[in-house]
Amino acid sequence: MSAAPQKAKAGAEKIEVIVKAVVPLNDLVTRFEFERRGGALFPPFSGGAHTVVEMQDGERTRLNPYSLMSDPSDRTTYAISVRRDDEGRGGSLFLHNHVKVGDVMTITFPVNLFSLDLRAKKHLFFAGGIGITPFMAMIEQLEHMNGNWELHYACRSESLGTYVDVLSYKYPNKVHVYYDDQKQAIALEDLLDGQPLGTNAYVCGPKGMIDWVHATASAAGWPDANVHSEEFLAPAPGEPFEVRLCQSDKTITVGEHESLLEAIERAGVEAPFLCRGGSCGQCETDVVSYDGDFVHRDHWLDDEEHASGKKIMPCVSRFVGKQLELDR
Amino acid sequence: MTIQFNDETFRDDYSFHNSDWAIKRFPFPFHEDSYMYAVNMEQHRGGPEGSVYEKRFDVDEHYVAEMRDRAMVLADDPLRCQSLPHMTLAGWDLLELIMVSKSEDYPDLFELHRDGDQWRWVNKPMGIDDSFTFMDETTLPYGPMEYITRQTQGDFCVLDQREDNLWMDAGIVTTQADWSLDFDIGMNFFEWHAPVPLAHEKGIFVRALKFLLNIQQGAPARRLNWTMTVNPLLDTSPENYHKWGIQKTTLTPENIGSKQHLRVELQTFFRLPRSNALVFPIRCYLCSFQDLMTMPKWGRRLHRVVRDLPVELATYKGFIDNRPMMLDYLSQFDDGLPTSPGVWPDFDTEPPLQK
Amino acid sequence: MSKFEFPPAIKSRPVYGTLEARTGKHHLMIADAEGAEAILEIATPELMAKSHIIYIPKGADYGDKLRALQPAQYYEGPSYAASVQRIRHVLANAHMGLQIYLTGTEGLMGQAQNEAMQAGFPHTAIQTEHRGSVARRMQCVHCKGITEEVETDPFVCSHCGLNLFVRDHYSRRLAAYQGVCIDAEDPGNVPEPKGIYE
Repeated sequence: MSAAPQKAKAGAEKIEVIVKAVVPLNDLVTRFEFERRGGALFPPFSGGAHTVVEMQDGERTRLNPYSLMSDPSDRTTYAISVRRDDEGRGGSLFLHNHVKVGDVMTITFPVNLFSLDLRAKKHLFFAGGIGITPFMAMIEQLEHMNGNWELHYACRSESLGTYVDVLSYKYPNKVHVYYDDQKQAIALEDLLDGQPLGTNAYVCGPKGMIDWVHATASAAGWPDANVHSEEFLAPAPGEPFEVRLCQSDKTITVGEHESLLEAIERAGVEAPFLCRGGSCGQCETDVVSYDGDFVHRDHWLDDEEHASGKKIMPCVSRFVGKQLELDR
Repeated sequence: MTIQFNDETFRDDYSFHNSDWAIKRFPFPFHEDSYMYAVNMEQHRGGPEGSVYEKRFDVDEHYVAEMRDRAMVLADDPLRCQSLPHMTLAGWDLLELIMVSKSEDYPDLFELHRDGDQWRWVNKPMGIDDSFTFMDETTLPYGPMEYITRQTQGDFCVLDQREDNLWMDAGIVTTQADWSLDFDIGMNFFEWHAPVPLAHEKGIFVRALKFLLNIQQGAPARRLNWTMTVNPLLDTSPENYHKWGIQKTTLTPENIGSKQHLRVELQTFFRLPRSNALVFPIRCYLCSFQDLMTMPKWGRRLHRVVRDLPVELATYKGFIDNRPMMLDYLSQFDDGLPTSPGVWPDFDTEPPLQK
Repeated sequence: MSKFEFPPAIKSRPVYGTLEARTGKHHLMIADAEGAEAILEIATPELMAKSHIIYIPKGADYGDKLRALQPAQYYEGPSYAASVQRIRHVLANAHMGLQIYLTGTEGLMGQAQNEAMQAGFPHTAIQTEHRGSVARRMQCVHCKGITEEVETDPFVCSHCGLNLFVRDHYSRRLAAYQGVCIDAEDPGNVPEPKGIYE
């Protein structure tokens, strides 16, 4: 035993997989099913877990988190469902356009930042669009345990209602679907009112929906601890900026379409991460000095820490200004 | 090697003893000549061959006797094993983790045969051969956590992860350093560590919690902790403190070498996949002072550590009254020579005692 | 008068606050003795119209004042034990959005908090305010018996008779502090009892 504390490792443990199926579900969403290379079983996982998928896009390594949406008890298959984002940074486009059956890929062990509260007397799920994916796994997990759940799922239209058919067929009394183009909306206030004590609410979807559920529940007197959400942020593009990494003695430039974390990795500097979406806190980095303004976008640091100028989450946050030096 | 299991007791006549093999592999916890709290975590992925760090769940010569002692403790006080209702899934996770690990790491002692949900578990040292349905509690004689931990050395705390904290919501605790599961069950990480002096002020628990919350599947971690116990008593519980506390006053300069034991906990941490809970096994190893003194490096170092330990820690660890007598004994084995860094005994390279 | 400043203590010891009216359709207020004062301080007609007050006077004389607030429901119980069935019934039929206020002695707040937790209400969302007696509800770690209203340290376990010292270590689930044998290593050497906060 060394007694020295160890540095956080970069990312979770990895698993080599083979793409077993690519299943287009509608105009925007495709499901990718993986089997483990060498035929072994996957580790079990808990509903709400994600995996980070490594994509070798030419010179560039993309690492994107996706919720595991297959049945957690099925250890032969891991599946993700990916919405094509034509305006995005290219990870989803790479999957849609380049990944085919038989490809070998690397993904991480499951990491869960959005787990069920197993004490809950009832689980109330709110999904918006592709935010349905973690609930697919949670529902299967709860079904195996005779869990008490209910899903309210808002989609843009019937044709973009990913998995509406499966869910409505299997659980007609528990699944409620709302189509934006038919002016249907979740009657949230009414729904929150009257839930039994010990109900937990979970929301996954666009930021506006997440904020709406939190705010409405809070106004209805729900304890914060009973409302859970997950939102993976994609790093936003921005003006390139220069960063000095003092531990590694390197100066790097963060490009317009890459994140600070990606630029650090590109320079060959190992940096810890898990979710790459501003939620898990692993990549938290100390600021040594700066002259300019931070563009904080994470959910990890609090307002005070954001204002302090002492910390940054390089997976999603950026910087605008003359000079930035990080302890990395 | 095939392990020869000791026929020994951890109570009454205290026939517990360590073989030369067990002494050599004892997890001596001090890597330098002084001690202070630290978040001394490292990965739990094997270790030197034969060491207690090598396997995921170490099995040693005390296995059968320890399990016998656990059964006696549970018969006397069933509250030593508790699981809040939402922790059953984590219990299955733990059962799977231990059965898979032990059958892979000790194929001569344990076998696991799986056909879908139909499992057969063979534990040769304890003479168990049970078939059951995975995830069906009605097919086991106890809940899944209790079933498997009645067959695994060490205490187990199963921690639920919620609200950026860990909650001690299940466990089996019969070889503890004076804390009560029945009292602490349901507490969060800071609450159950509340009685520990100095470490809160040093920010140890804030950092430790942050580390533990981020332990992921496939990447277990470990650390050591230690205390002192008079007589090789595994069950130093607060519940029975009014019975065993008096034993601390039975030390004499003549018997201290055989009666006083260094008690080391190998604490490991595994993320449990189905429940997203964290299991925290706390494995207790005991070694008498006189056996420790057979390693010159450990003799020199233990004297220096005990001598220089802050009063608060010696009080919390319950040996402040006996410290002078311990030092009288230990000083005989400290000739002032420097010690090599690290925890290993370095028996072949460290000079023998020079006085 | 009925307020007491507790000295700083270890992290398992409960920290009590000051009640404030929160938004919500239903409000459950449970108080004993001087805890009534904390309710009187936050009571407004709007709040009272949505409140259910469960009060255990323990000899204090606030019943008329509380009744005069005209809460939607008012119950006065002779003891906590007599009231607990009602508390469980209210919680079992309650909906999310309920606000819970506990005030009075530590024993009352601890036990009512435990009922709320069992019903699925997170303890972090329960408001508490200490008023009145600072006596503690103590569990004997040896025999598991609870001794109510302990005012001195050490004290004698009312079940097994051991001499116990009073720890600050507190269990929400048991709604009690821990009492541990004080003379285990020196039988018969029991210091003179004194007030817990002396």
